[in-house]
Amino acid sequence: MQSKISISNLDFYYGKTQALFDISMEIPERQVVAFIGPSGCGKSTFLRTLNRMNDTIPIARAEGVVKIDGENIYAPGTDVVALRRKVGMVFQKSNPFPKSIFENVAYGIRINGLHKNKADLQERVEKALRDAALLNEVKDRLNSSAFGLSGGQQQRLCIARALAVQPEVILMDEPASALDPIATQKIEELVVELKKQYSIVIVTHNMQQASRVSDKTAFFMLGKLIEFNPTQKMFTNPDERLTEDYITGRFG
Amino acid sequence: MSQTGTIGDKLFRSVLLIAAASILVIVAAILYMMVQNSLPTIERFGVGFLTGREWKPAQEEFGALPFIYGTLASSIIALVLSIPISLGVAIYMVEQAPKKLARPIAFLIELLAAIPSVVYGLWGIFVLAPFIRDYLGVFLQDYFGWLPFFQGRLTGIGMLTGGIILALMITPIITSVVRDVLEAVPTTQREAALALGATEWETTRIVLGNAASGIAGAVVLGLGRAIGETMAITMVIGNSAQISISLFEPANTIASLLASNFAEATDKIYMSALIEIGLVLFLVTFVVNALAKLLILKVASGTNSAKHA
Amino acid sequence: MSENNLQNHSRRKIISRIMTLLTAACTFFAIGILLLIISYIAVRGVSSLSLQFLIDTPKPVGEGGGIGNAILGSAIMTALAALIGLPLGIGAGIYLAEFGNGWFGKITRFVADTLIGVPSIIIGIFVYTLVVLPMGRQSGLAGGIALALIMIPIVARTTEEMIRLVPNSMREGALALGAPQWRVTMNIVLPAASTGIATGAMLAIARITGETAPLLFTALNSRFYNGYLDQPMASLTVQIFNYATGPFEVEHAMAWAATLILVGLILLINITVRFLTRKKF
Repeated sequence: MQSKISISNLDFYYGKTQALFDISMEIPERQVVAFIGPSGCGKSTFLRTLNRMNDTIPIARAEGVVKIDGENIYAPGTDVVALRRKVGMVFQKSNPFPKSIFENVAYGIRINGLHKNKADLQERVEKALRDAALLNEVKDRLNSSAFGLSGGQQQRLCIARALAVQPEVILMDEPASALDPIATQKIEELVVELKKQYSIVIVTHNMQQASRVSDKTAFFMLGKLIEFNPTQKMFTNPDERLTEDYITGRFG
Repeated sequence: MSQTGTIGDKLFRSVLLIAAASILVIVAAILYMMVQNSLPTIERFGVGFLTGREWKPAQEEFGALPFIYGTLASSIIALVLSIPISLGVAIYMVEQAPKKLARPIAFLIELLAAIPSVVYGLWGIFVLAPFIRDYLGVFLQDYFGWLPFFQGRLTGIGMLTGGIILALMITPIITSVVRDVLEAVPTTQREAALALGATEWETTRIVLGNAASGIAGAVVLGLGRAIGETMAITMVIGNSAQISISLFEPANTIASLLASNFAEATDKIYMSALIEIGLVLFLVTFVVNALAKLLILKVASGTNSAKHA
Repeated sequence: MSENNLQNHSRRKIISRIMTLLTAACTFFAIGILLLIISYIAVRGVSSLSLQFLIDTPKPVGEGGGIGNAILGSAIMTALAALIGLPLGIGAGIYLAEFGNGWFGKITRFVADTLIGVPSIIIGIFVYTLVVLPMGRQSGLAGGIALALIMIPIVARTTEEMIRLVPNSMREGALALGAPQWRVTMNIVLPAASTGIATGAMLAIARITGETAPLLFTALNSRFYNGYLDQPMASLTVQIFNYATGPFEVEHAMAWAATLILVGLILLINITVRFLTRKKF
């Protein structure tokens, strides 16, 4: 299996506090990798190092190498804007822009100048909405405000918005944590569908969710990567004692 | 609860209520006294007072239009100059400046707001007016002299100088409100844009979109201040009751008319005319400020994105 | 990335860069204006400043003169304004913070905010009709009242905000011990908010010290030392206005010197407050 992202010896600091310790990992192409672990274990921080979202925090600092398609994204002179186009992100709480449904999805296409003309833009927006399994529910009201949608629909809109700029990797930071079970199920089905085209990394605090959607699972604790194995093995016969304690609910 | 407790509480609350009510009483009393004291001209001239172009107190002729025009024109010049700068400063502070610089910058901008109006006036007379007469005005006449705005004699005192002084004075006010509304925009909006590969400026535009109604409120608040600003503009606008398209010509505003003529208004009808025009100023600024407040509240209570994001 | 896309990409980054520079330029322009104004005041003010100037009363042109009576007048009227305005403003602020969630509180808060934006010259006219006309002449009393009316809504709103910063757990702790509300407010909440309230009061005092328009026809002006509240009274700001708009060079010089005193005082208050609050919060 070819690896899409290759992380070696990554340390991460907030000011003087070290949040991640010497993490190395290979993230495969067109699979779903889940990050699990107790809250505060660094799984979200780690996710955000993969598109350099932590750059927005002034005191944050990463050391180590993160290669995407063989290129180190922490090398000096890296184009962060281009990086983030390639590595899309979906957040814990849905965060649509105060615009119409159509304009939310069109936003990334427009700023990146991906469309040839108006018809092409329309087509791309509809494709993204279809891929995010939302088109059927919103096709009659593309021009109404995104805030009129339900929580689950808003989250799928944010997924559509991310898909529209044609990323290669999608990072998801607990995308279903604020949703009800039915909306959650839709997101999970979507994740499984999307891995045919994209490499997906999903952070979740829900171990059942990890076991349902992912091919590989990484378990973090106190900023360290404890174990990284195929999901099936992880949940039946983990290598590490700590992992076993965690997934059997002995702590966390 | 003990008896003294409840009596004490009632007394306490009543005393505070009186203090709070004083604010409503002040506004009601301003309105009442000004209407009372302007009845002579309200009854005598009616609406004609607002549309008349001649202001000749000696002949008991009172038309407020030149002052209304002067107030609006100087305020519009002030807004046109101040809006881009205020937005720029606020955006720089909230979105772009290194975090360590943001607070000192905010403090310096607040100091700009703390300088008294009469001091701006003094600076306007002796520094800004000569600069406009000798440099800026000459430049504008050389290159844009074909525009009617920039014709006429350059004295340094006039509409443009007034507008620029007003712009300097309302900039800190607009800036600080815009800064507050930008800070109220949830970080998740910025992250959403960045994650799509937006540049810093594109991200800022998303933030501005979120804050639109608050920014409008800030601008309206600035407009209210510009309309009511008195001392500085009195000192540099030239106090001439004329309506001229040229920005170099002297003009007058309602507030500066009051500042420079109220003390010498001895006869009843002249005083009534001045108080009536003051009443107009009061009502306009009251409504403008109320509107600004409503627009800013809309952001604070999160009727748009904040609630959902 | 295609050729076309690459071009678009670098153009976007250049635009972003330019906009950052532009906003920074706006900021440095605004700060530059501040420094320009302050340095003018410093340079031109210092040259006419002397101890005599701070003590003397205005004299006919050519005979020197000073701002002693104006400083005294400003101090008296500001003190009077604080005496009236602070209790009412702070009281109103406490009411708004502790009982102000009903319709009356909401309306009062809204009207207070709107009153803050009403031009101070309007307050001057109002006090003229309210105090000067019945008394038959301008007076320090009228000037002080006008300044007090400007203070009240400002102090009320800052007091309210400061009290609202006091954590609710402090109130609940005391109420749970059976203390009546008024004791809780006076003994627990107000002391906790006192630095903030004092800060707001000082800033309001700085603000009214710089007011000119409401004094023009309430306190008018005076050429003499005068402690009587029923007489016209001089003030620094009106004196600056008169000197600045006078025809003579020596008057202009005195306007700058008086401004140096006024602005120095106001900046001093602002900077002091700044450092006090920095430690506290």
